[in-house]
Amino acid sequence: MALSTQAVGKVYDPTTYAVGREKVKEYAAAVGETNPLYLDHEAARAAGFPDVVAPPMFAVVYAGRSVAPALFDPEVGLNFAAMVHGAQEFAWGPLVIAGDEIATTTTVKEISERGEMGFYVFESVSENQRGETVCTGLWTNIVRAIG
Amino acid sequence: MTLEQGQQIELQVTPDPYVTVRYAGASGDFNPIHIDEQFARQVGLPGRILHGLWTMAQVARAHTDAAGGPDKLKRLSVQFRGMGRMGEEITVTGTVRALDGGFATVDSEARQSGRRIIRNGVAELLL
Repeated sequence: MALSTQAVGKVYDPTTYAVGREKVKEYAAAVGETNPLYLDHEAARAAGFPDVVAPPMFAVVYAGRSVAPALFDPEVGLNFAAMVHGAQEFAWGPLVIAGDEIATTTTVKEISERGEMGFYVFESVSENQRGETVCTGLWTNIVRAIG
Repeated sequence: MTLEQGQQIELQVTPDPYVTVRYAGASGDFNPIHIDEQFARQVGLPGRILHGLWTMAQVARAHTDAAGGPDKLKRLSVQFRGMGRMGEEITVTGTVRALDGGFATVDSEARQSGRRIIRNGVAELLL
């Protein structure tokens, strides 16, 4: 059975995310970070930042919610029951700091099949309130036994 | 902090039984395979499994700790394999493959009980 690739190139409405100090601390603690830049706003200020710094992987928080509508889009047709998160890539620009507002736009980058598996690749591009690209993400989901 | 070609980086972490619950709340990923033992078993898993992106965060942390801060990590790509479990130590290892143009390229993987749960990790670190 061939996969439908009609959704390739589809762009979803941007989502905006306001980065909060306590959310950054909560995330940093949940992944075991100990760097005070993430956990102590006084330490972050002493290091020259206006507030706590988000760990790079905090991109999951501000960009992940932008990718979700693509995952659930019937036009994409992703079969959740057979889906695994196959690969992930992030490229980072300037650091994200509590107080930033991040706008993320997601695009269906690729839908393809290899063997019995379907590959669904989504790209997220996240910009801060100054229009700087803080993170680009490639989210690869694999669906087994598409036939 | 300086990095040299061939240099190894390493990080060990043992996820406790509630790490997926805290990570679900922190990340917003409430997929029940990570937080509901009964659901996980119903869909054929041995039990609740780690979020792949939590494990990727351990790989990222190994790099930012080695390089001297979050501003150094400019790119990280990984492939997820198998399932990460709670209560078993995870070891992240990386090797500086190349130094070029102000960047270090680091290859990495994460293993748990002899199984690779992250492979083909590639990072770019600002020198």
